[in-house]
Amino acid sequence: MSVYQNNEIKEEETSRTLSLVVDNQPGTLARVIGLFSGRGYNIESLTVTEIDNARNLSRISLVTRGTSMTIEQIKSQLLRIVPVHIVRDLTLEGPFIKSELALVKVVIKGANRVEALRVAETFRARTLDVTLSSFVFELTGKPLKIDAFIELMRSLGDTEISRTGVSAISRGNKTETKLLEQI
Amino acid sequence: MTVDKTITGAEAVIKALVENGVEVIFGYPGGAVLPLYDAIFDNKNIKHILVRHEQAAVHAAEGYARSTGKVGCVLVTSGPGATNAITGLTDALMDSIPVICLSGQVPTHLIGTDAFQEADTTGISRPCTKHNYLVKNADKLCDIIHESFEIAFTGRPGPVLIDLPKDIQLTRVKYGKKINKIKNKLIKNKSKIDQKVIIKVADLLINAEKPIIYAGGGVINAGPKASNLLTELVDLLNSPVTLTLMGLGSVSNDNKNFLGMLGMHGTYEANLAMHNCDVMLNVGARFDDRVTGRLNAFAPKSKKIHIDIDKSSINKVVSVDFGIVGDCKEVLTTLIQEIKKLHNQNNLKSKSDWWAQINEWKKRDSLGFKQIGKNIKPQQAIKSLYDKTKNLDTYVTTEVGQHQMWAAQYFGFSKPNHWMTSGGLGTMGYGLPSSMGVQIAHPDSLVIDISGEASFLMNMQELSTIVQYKLPVKIFILNNQWMGMVRQWQELNHGSRYSESYTESLPDFVMLAKSFGIKGLRVEEIDKLDKTIDEMINTKGPVIADIRVEKEENCFPMIPSGAAHNEMILGSNDKPKDTSDAGLALV
Repeated sequence: MSVYQNNEIKEEETSRTLSLVVDNQPGTLARVIGLFSGRGYNIESLTVTEIDNARNLSRISLVTRGTSMTIEQIKSQLLRIVPVHIVRDLTLEGPFIKSELALVKVVIKGANRVEALRVAETFRARTLDVTLSSFVFELTGKPLKIDAFIELMRSLGDTEISRTGVSAISRGNKTETKLLEQI
Repeated sequence: MTVDKTITGAEAVIKALVENGVEVIFGYPGGAVLPLYDAIFDNKNIKHILVRHEQAAVHAAEGYARSTGKVGCVLVTSGPGATNAITGLTDALMDSIPVICLSGQVPTHLIGTDAFQEADTTGISRPCTKHNYLVKNADKLCDIIHESFEIAFTGRPGPVLIDLPKDIQLTRVKYGKKINKIKNKLIKNKSKIDQKVIIKVADLLINAEKPIIYAGGGVINAGPKASNLLTELVDLLNSPVTLTLMGLGSVSNDNKNFLGMLGMHGTYEANLAMHNCDVMLNVGARFDDRVTGRLNAFAPKSKKIHIDIDKSSINKVVSVDFGIVGDCKEVLTTLIQEIKKLHNQNNLKSKSDWWAQINEWKKRDSLGFKQIGKNIKPQQAIKSLYDKTKNLDTYVTTEVGQHQMWAAQYFGFSKPNHWMTSGGLGTMGYGLPSSMGVQIAHPDSLVIDISGEASFLMNMQELSTIVQYKLPVKIFILNNQWMGMVRQWQELNHGSRYSESYTESLPDFVMLAKSFGIKGLRVEEIDKLDKTIDEMINTKGPVIADIRVEKEENCFPMIPSGAAHNEMILGSNDKPKDTSDAGLALV
């Protein structure tokens, strides 16, 4: 936090999920990422995609970690970036859904193939590709569930992993429409 | 539909600058901006000032902006032109100065090919601008220029860079006028000032027994009216007030409640008043590390209120009891109204004990020094300069180092926008080019660059600019042949091992002035100081005054690195305890 860190009272760091609406233009993502690296904050997960083609808006879902003072700083700093319009702290707002998609390739021959399929079924993973010596599974859900699945697959064979990172949205009937109108 | 596309992109850019009120642009030409220079060539509405290095262009624009309250404007070429401007842009970002920097870029089809004089200018300048653009579509050119002025000026001001590929400058476009929609998009904190908080704060201030008002550059940026309001508040509460380096001038130095600058080289009374206050009102300052000293010992018994236009400044390094996000002028207006209302019902707490205590601290005379012997004390040089110029319309710029602190301590500022110094970034070489911008904005005023010999050498190529435009800038060099502040820290923290801080092979400044055809003066003895200053002031054109000062004078008072406000050292005899290990690591 400060140059005199040794003297600060240590508060526990928590994980926070932020949801940003930004202009979909070159440089926006670089500014967001640059803010985190430049000011020494952490990014645990980051996903970006356009959500409104007509208005040229993208959503950035971001998981970060810090004390409440740091998180407040991160949010205010993010809002200083000109093309960042909305910064929501989903963790603070209330119940929300956090979901992620993973593609998991596992190389297996012999008896373990059945075991892999059984595990996949338990996790409700879809099988997207099959050869005589491999599978590619597609799995969605909470990051912890995906972690668990990957761990099991790793014990069954050589794996290759591709994960999207967390996408998040609040529960209930509240939407951002009003906030978006103000942009 | 056929559109009448009659002007080139470059012409549109210049036209848009004029529409946004630009009268002066500081720049340096090159291959990638030739169309822009062609558009300037016969434009009567814009005056171009040819600098001798792009860093100086930005500092000149900063000086222009800070002394006028307008946006400063810069034009540089691609590659090295843009990279040279980076220091200036960072300086403007740190000190919240509105600057527009136009940079040339290689044509769009060559971007990414490592073309001649190509640099990733938007990439490099991203962390040192408030916002930046690479214009790839000529139809958006006008909108972008208009928007950039709003961005530079709205909220917390800052620099904006627009990277203009050469082909875009040559494309024919239809000129687009400014539409007023842009600003709304930029103001993200649309909530009004919370009246409940204002009432609580007013109550707190009225009932404070030991208040202190600590104000900074935000007050200057909010315009001269904000400075008047601040002074009104100070008088209303009969509260002591202290100013940061950036805030000097917002309360007049002759105001009876003014305690001088605070912080690392602030006065004893200002720092101890900060340390012992019960209520602190921060107006437009940001609890910079030069101001707070050791954070865990910062004003330990106080309730803190912070007014800042930038939400991220509140609770960044110091947790406050009340944070008010807003323009200083607006917040002060409402706060003063509320205080006046409460004032009628409820008398102010007596502050006689508090003032008695402050007057005790004042008796320590922390800025006292003894001018003995023939050698000129640098403090005396500034004091004499101030005495001889205080009744003139004087603007002061500085470089960075000891001379800067002495200028802040011994020169008095009675008005805002008359003091231009590099605060946040601490850029040596800022003062000379900055003084050019100030002089261009105020051709009939006395503009003095208080300089050190090492800082002066960093941008002295600008003497050529000064001569070309007949800018009667007075360069007042406190020459001690050392990088004085570096030497001072080496003395205090590194056992007087003066590693590389001696300025070897200095030029003869009088001869240097002569070579540019301007007046050079030198003074080495105290009895001739006044005469030299008189001669400098009374000379019509530019002057370099080489003031040979006491070589090993240290800048006091001082809060040593890593120490608290109440651990100041007042002079060389006031031997501090050794700097802590944590303190040694600080800058």
